[in-house]
Amino acid sequence: MTIPTAALEALQDTVGEKWVLSGRVDLETYASDGLSTHHSNPGAVVLPGTRDELVQVVRVLARFGIPVVARGAGTGLSGGALAGDHSVLLVLTRLNRVLEIDPVNRIAVVEPGVVNVQLSDEAEKHGLHYAPDPASQAVCTIGGNVAENAGGPHCLKYGVTVDHVLALEVVLPSGEVVTLGTKSGEPWGPDLVGLFVGSEGAFGIASRITVRLTPSSSFVRTILAVFPSMRVAGQAVTDVIASGVVPSALEMMDKNCIAAVEASSYGAGYPKEAAAVLIVEIDGHNEDPVDDDCRRVEQILRDSGATDVQSGTDPAHRARLWQGRKKAFGAMGRISPDLMVQDAVVPRSALPDILEHVDRIADKYSLSICNVFHAGDGNLHPNINLDSRDEGEAERVRRASAEIMQACIEAGGTISGEHGVGTEKLHFMPMVFDSVALAVLRDVRRVFDPEERANPGKAVPADSFEMVNSD
Amino acid sequence: MIERRVRSIVGADGVLDVDSAGRLEVAPRSEAECALLLSAAHSERWSVRLAGRGRWTPSDAPADLVVSSRRLAGVIDLNPADLVMTAHVGTLLADLQANAAQEGTWIALDPPGTSRSLGSVLATGTAGPLRSGFGAVRNRIMGLTFVTADGRIVRVGGRVVKNVAGFNITSLLIGSFGAFGLITSAHVRLNAMPAAENTLVGQGPRHNLLGSARAILATGTTPAAMELTRDRSAWSLSVRLIGSETAVAADRRNITAATSNFDFNVLDGESSADLWASTGATTDATSVTIRMGSLQSELETALDLLRAELDGDANANVSVSVLSGVIRWSGEARASKIQNLRNLAAERGWPVTVERAPWEVLSRVGHYGAFRSGVGRLVTSLRSVFDTRGLLVTPLDKIA
Repeated sequence: MTIPTAALEALQDTVGEKWVLSGRVDLETYASDGLSTHHSNPGAVVLPGTRDELVQVVRVLARFGIPVVARGAGTGLSGGALAGDHSVLLVLTRLNRVLEIDPVNRIAVVEPGVVNVQLSDEAEKHGLHYAPDPASQAVCTIGGNVAENAGGPHCLKYGVTVDHVLALEVVLPSGEVVTLGTKSGEPWGPDLVGLFVGSEGAFGIASRITVRLTPSSSFVRTILAVFPSMRVAGQAVTDVIASGVVPSALEMMDKNCIAAVEASSYGAGYPKEAAAVLIVEIDGHNEDPVDDDCRRVEQILRDSGATDVQSGTDPAHRARLWQGRKKAFGAMGRISPDLMVQDAVVPRSALPDILEHVDRIADKYSLSICNVFHAGDGNLHPNINLDSRDEGEAERVRRASAEIMQACIEAGGTISGEHGVGTEKLHFMPMVFDSVALAVLRDVRRVFDPEERANPGKAVPADSFEMVNSD
Repeated sequence: MIERRVRSIVGADGVLDVDSAGRLEVAPRSEAECALLLSAAHSERWSVRLAGRGRWTPSDAPADLVVSSRRLAGVIDLNPADLVMTAHVGTLLADLQANAAQEGTWIALDPPGTSRSLGSVLATGTAGPLRSGFGAVRNRIMGLTFVTADGRIVRVGGRVVKNVAGFNITSLLIGSFGAFGLITSAHVRLNAMPAAENTLVGQGPRHNLLGSARAILATGTTPAAMELTRDRSAWSLSVRLIGSETAVAADRRNITAATSNFDFNVLDGESSADLWASTGATTDATSVTIRMGSLQSELETALDLLRAELDGDANANVSVSVLSGVIRWSGEARASKIQNLRNLAAERGWPVTVERAPWEVLSRVGHYGAFRSGVGRLVTSLRSVFDTRGLLVTPLDKIA
């Protein structure tokens, strides 16, 4: 542990002894986030209980020149919330108050540690909800969502986190507090809210977040379509989007994922012989158009080659159709000690080709890859089962991941749609950005954090960082 | 000396104008020419004004070199299956819409003014009434290429709808009025062409119209656009519905039921589109356009403040996006009046952005000019990342 004793004492004076953790076992608790293959013990963990404590903690760390890593619920999948032993991990889960719900203006103001679904539950009392719904929404925090620009299944219709954040109070790494944006969404200058969302903690810590709330739909239909091949399912996705119907969600699972789900206690009754299933959700405020869109989408799916199409209207039936998708990660996690959850994006029309390419990569490296993803956005999640203690297998996973990323970029896509770059994707950044753009990203970071103490070594590679060769 | 060097980069036909003081207006054809021009300007310390087609930025702003994007024109790629179009920024938005329509798609952007280029819309961040249903300009742009003031070509974002690799420089550039560089091309998000469109239009006292608008929103309906407008002294409320035939009909029924004591005229497809086109065109006859952000619940107070501070101009147009609480005012106003309005609005937390004004006004108030504590320093530092010598003539703040 390399945090100076004087700094620890100053932190204890600020938040109380109980909320500064520096024992080995305590630190081990915070050594991983959702990216289970990466571990790193922080130098200390601090849990501020109020906004003022948060500001004071950041100022103490600035005074001592100590790097700081912010963490919400630790569900991130890119290693973004891992801290080294020279860093202090700032855990924001105690800052968990919904400060304001304004149903007239469809706005909420929250602290960063508010759990995503907690906000929607509060808003639902007014017929509203918070639209971004990452898979971890039952535990992940709004602060973490802002840092990663989180998405989720329903972002196809409603947009990702940046589309719903109106204003931010931010504690810069220096300890200075600034307010970006306004409740109306109109800026005080260039769009610093848009710039901050998705900055992975490298610009500072959001201490107060104003978000837009969305009216909840009165009518929801869920469709499950079964396909004989991934290519046919991929084409169906393009056909649905081209029709002009905007589903609220359009999700795909491949045969490996279906098998994993059906072999688990989460079995949803998906046909085991299916090569792929699509789950399409249609929602709205009026029953007639929702039913119309539903019938239209069902017909498109059949015309595209679906062998079976069923739909559900009542909540229990819909929940059953969704069950396999929602529990897919849990089911896949049962197969092996570790699961590498990948994240990449391609243009929708590239889905059929890229899915076959991923299959070939799995064969090449003798790996089991399950695909469950946001097909409507072209946002892939190839999940690779592995035992990270097996160095040979871990190396094959690294090489397969690099090849998948390369293929997605060549198809016109990118290396992350919602999980962020963190540490896990850092070496892929030069595949996406040339040296000029990378230098700009580094310079922009230094505007907010000249000493580069906020989440150091994440999001943008340092000058000397070398790209992994995927060959 | 400037002229000779510039001509060597853009050719004789790339020089649009040379005034008596030797100041040049040039129109490069490619991002490579833009980079060479700005690199030369950087090394020679020429001040540079970035211009589109000269309609939305002040053509009288002083600069050694004016770089116009008008010849950076054309659609680079249009992919209807992926609902994305890549285009050079000198292309007129109307031409982009025509291209998109041929493929059964459209761009959900309806900025004020006519003959707007894509670059003009991006630089000013001017969303129109469709912002209510489709979001701000940044929501419609997936990535872009720009040239910094010292001639670096930077590509950010991409042509996919979800993308979190790298910081969101695209958002920073949109609405920055060219303070960070010259945008040369962009990936624009498309939507499938809707099957039906209706607009409900009603006239009456402002208070009643706002009440009707709130009643509509209380039903949970989010129209594609819902605009309260004032043309001279008459107020109107226009509600635009876009979607399938069934969806438009259902929304229309809901709205009629929620506003049963109010008479709406219903315009269908073509006449509906014509109404919205004419609404945006009214700004052309004015020289100053201002945007003020309040909340829906604060609109009456915000409109009263605007009337008290700027209503010397009886011909001014006012357009209010009710859902977002954003007011756009177009008319004639002196800098001192705008500054007074901005100071009073800032006390209430409402930013006032000067979208367009003659240089004599703009230089004294700046496009934003009311940075919150700490934000001004960040913006200044960000400008120095892209414009190390401070050569771009973009008055985000008033010129001291």
